[in-house]
Amino acid sequence: MSAVVLTRAAAPAPERPAPGRGSLRRALRVLGLVGVLVLVVFFVGPALWVVWGSIRNGGSFSGTNYSRLVSYGEGLGIYLLNTSVVVVVTVVLSLLVSIFAGYAFARMRFPGSKLLFVGILAILMVPHTSLLIPLYIWLDRIGLGNSLLGVAFVMVMYQMPFSVFMMRNSFESVPRELEEAALIDGCTTFSSLWRVVLPAVAPGAVTVGLFAFLAAWNEFVTPLILLSDGNKYTLPLALVNLVQGDWGMIDFGALQAGVVVSAAPCVLLFFVLQKAFVNGFTNGAVKG
Amino acid sequence: MTTTGAVAPPRRSALRSSRASTARSRRAAWRAWLYAAPATAVLLVLFVVPLGLAIWMSLFDWPLLGRAPELNFPENYTSIPDNELFMRAVGFTVRYTVIIAVVLLVLSLGLALLIQESKRRSSGVLRTAFFLPVVTGLTTAALLFVGLLSPSAGPIDDVLGWFGVQVDFLGDPTMAMVSTVVMMTWRFAGFYMVIMLTGLQAIPTELYEAAALDGASRWRSLRSVTIPLLRPTLALSAVLIVTGGLVAFEQFYVLTRGGPDNSTVTMVMTIFREAFSQFHLGAAAALSVVVLLGLVLLNVLQLRLVREDDGAAS
Repeated sequence: MSAVVLTRAAAPAPERPAPGRGSLRRALRVLGLVGVLVLVVFFVGPALWVVWGSIRNGGSFSGTNYSRLVSYGEGLGIYLLNTSVVVVVTVVLSLLVSIFAGYAFARMRFPGSKLLFVGILAILMVPHTSLLIPLYIWLDRIGLGNSLLGVAFVMVMYQMPFSVFMMRNSFESVPRELEEAALIDGCTTFSSLWRVVLPAVAPGAVTVGLFAFLAAWNEFVTPLILLSDGNKYTLPLALVNLVQGDWGMIDFGALQAGVVVSAAPCVLLFFVLQKAFVNGFTNGAVKG
Repeated sequence: MTTTGAVAPPRRSALRSSRASTARSRRAAWRAWLYAAPATAVLLVLFVVPLGLAIWMSLFDWPLLGRAPELNFPENYTSIPDNELFMRAVGFTVRYTVIIAVVLLVLSLGLALLIQESKRRSSGVLRTAFFLPVVTGLTTAALLFVGLLSPSAGPIDDVLGWFGVQVDFLGDPTMAMVSTVVMMTWRFAGFYMVIMLTGLQAIPTELYEAAALDGASRWRSLRSVTIPLLRPTLALSAVLIVTGGLVAFEQFYVLTRGGPDNSTVTMVMTIFREAFSQFHLGAAAALSVVVLLGLVLLNVLQLRLVREDDGAAS
């Protein structure tokens, strides 16, 4: 932290020259640069280390860490497939649920809408574990116990405050005239929603989809509690097992490869969809 | 799109009889509920029912498998003070929350100021560098640090070795806490930095200019302009960090496994153990109801504080 303060002090301030203290200012600036460097190493270093370590074996480049990861447990393919099932269902359902609900909240007045909205926001207040123990029993009763579909449904519920809020804001920012024009053209409300308004709220929908993807791809506690068969495990669950399964004998090479595989799609999406990221933070985190 | 310029139709409702308009508004309400139906179904089936079931289960001696649940209220609640692991976990979780809140708030504000003050080109690079860990999952981050901090695979042990220093990052209670805080800082500082930057951008530059004209130093204008005007943002960040800290689970489950000697067991971890190691689902439900009530109370209190801050700022 002191490094940051120093950087501020050392930054050029032409409006207030400090005569006779040039050497002190120079020393402070060097210290500030060192501080910034330390920060960059702290935040970027671990990521570089894990990528580097994942492709090294016994002092040379090799893919053996990855091949050991591919054959770990039930096989990386199974874990990726399971994770993909959860991700796809979570993303598709989150979009469907939030687009329709967001439209209703933004454009229609109906009795009970306030209660429903507050109910959805209340999900934010409840710690996930408090819900997971009853969900473990309840999902089993309704035939969704120990299933990827059940995990995905729970993820849709966790995401709902963010996704509904996001879509409501998106629809609210679309001018009503756009829709009214479509109505005059003879569209029913449903087809006007799809053809005219949906392209206008596409950025919001991309943000909802992105955050649903990240949440489902990375979720650990929900599958940990709801899934009991090893062949249904998602990637994070399998990777934690790789660390905790074999009585302290950890295959660190495979672990590093696993961390890279697990982080890569998220990093890639970040660079492709930076706008959607910023959109999500400013609309969801700050106003929510 | 070709008709965007068309004149809006005259309001027809005034011309119709009131009966027709109630029928229409009823139809409209129906349609609205149809649109909201999927969200309502998810809310009821996956949130309201489990929440009710949690309260219901907490009244019973509810084993994980085998025999039927038996009503034993209020034993699940009255036995909580005797649950030594849980009571110790409350203290530990609160301590962790305070530490992580202070560290994250100070560091993320510092990072945001650094970005705001740096030149345009470098600020973009720095922002990306600080933000990158945020996009990885929490479990992924914890697994990364398991390797990074391990004496056999990680580089840190080697580097410290050059200076003849040896640190057991996860084997000592204090160091286990410090290691977890460092990992969480790595993962989350960029997130709160972005929130702080949004808050900083909302502060009008004229205020800084006025402060500079008055001869205020940079430190003084940080203290008298930035921090007071940033209070709503700081309060919101604090709410998010405190709530996250009190329900901490993954970071300790993966990194320290609650050890050494149960010194880093959090509240949520004890709920998990009660349910899936002790098989006492009823007792676990009671613990989660208590944690839930505590959190809701705290959230209401904190949100009220944020609201007051909002009022003061605008």
